[in-house]
Amino acid sequence: MHLVASDLTILRGERAVIPDLSFKVSAGEALILTGANGSGKTTLIRSLAGLLKPSRGTLRLEDGDARRSLAEQCHYVGHRSALKPALTVLENVTFWSQYFADDNHGRLPSSGGAALDSFGLRELSDIPAGYLSAGQKQRAGLARLLLTHRPVWLLDEPTASLDAASQGVLEAVIDRHLLAGGLAVIATHQPLDIVNQFELRLDAAMEDE
Amino acid sequence: MTPFLALLRRDLKLAFREGSALGTALGFYLIVVAILPLGLGPDLNLLSRIAPGVLWVALLLAALLTLPRMYETDDEDGSLDLLAMGSVPLELIAVAKSLAHWLSTALPLSLMAPVAGILLNLDLRAYPVLIASLLVGTPAISFIGGICAALTLRARRGGLLVALLVLPFYVPTLIFGMSAVDPARPSNGPLDPSFLLLTAISLVSMVIGPLGTAAALRAQLR
Repeated sequence: MHLVASDLTILRGERAVIPDLSFKVSAGEALILTGANGSGKTTLIRSLAGLLKPSRGTLRLEDGDARRSLAEQCHYVGHRSALKPALTVLENVTFWSQYFADDNHGRLPSSGGAALDSFGLRELSDIPAGYLSAGQKQRAGLARLLLTHRPVWLLDEPTASLDAASQGVLEAVIDRHLLAGGLAVIATHQPLDIVNQFELRLDAAMEDE
Repeated sequence: MTPFLALLRRDLKLAFREGSALGTALGFYLIVVAILPLGLGPDLNLLSRIAPGVLWVALLLAALLTLPRMYETDDEDGSLDLLAMGSVPLELIAVAKSLAHWLSTALPLSLMAPVAGILLNLDLRAYPVLIASLLVGTPAISFIGGICAALTLRARRGGLLVALLVLPFYVPTLIFGMSAVDPARPSNGPLDPSFLLLTAISLVSMVIGPLGTAAALRAQLR
């Protein structure tokens, strides 16, 4: 499985945030996007998630599920946690596992409880998500990755507000995903200790222009 | 559980657990209907004659209060992005959200209308028709409202804009809704032409609403 971007140009207003970018990520690999603030990391990840339309160029997943669009094969964890403050943590996670249940091709979706366990949120599962700290919200958002199987993980600053222990858990989770043949695109400012990673500096690409 | 039902259930749960939006709408409805007789004076005949129109207009305004929040919270916390990445088409997401809005706002308001009708000296015989016309007519509010809520999603001061956009589209519902309940005219019950037209408007808006909402959301997301 390969995620291929060719001649990708993304405009925000008049400015080409991503000018003529091409890359290829294969199964088992993680593409680490780095670059200064405003260099287009979030823009690129959102366009992979189908939330921004590239002005030029193509994005495709080779050898993926032909019946699904690229966005439907991606998990996206961004800056916003998509948690409803009025629902408990478990209710939030359970909703997403039901909403994405179609991904499992009839297999039973993994329980929200198990996903919360992995990120050490078991004790917090019955309190409203509005009471969580920033780091706990981030972990609850990351727990979504484990609810259903999607081959491509798009992570935008996944280590934001995480403590060292949680970052270790996240690295282990990403490792397992990559070893199982998944692939990931990760925007980050912090070095991540994961297998098979290679870096793409976005501001370097811009200076070439 | 299908994704559609999961979304519908979550929205209903949120609406009733947060409660503030529904409470505000119900309170607003009662207040508007209650202060109107104070402004018009104690002419009971006048009040019962204008009661259907007042009940309908107040209901539209009360429902309007809750419209801007329909997609706003989901957009703010990032849920909308994830909803769009599921296997459910945006059109179905729009159906679920509008249906949830109808069940959590328009339905309680419709059931509240008879209580408000007492304040306006509405003829007792008009009550069954009133409730029936509200139940049949209000889906148009939620489904057309969805389009406008989606259109003004990222506009600043979107709330006021929603009102300006959506009220003209509520006019047909209003006209046929109140004429179905008109106490001056003998009603033929469910076969009354006004009643039938009201039903038609709701059915049409249930088809057009999700299509328009999905188009508006698509434009906002991209």
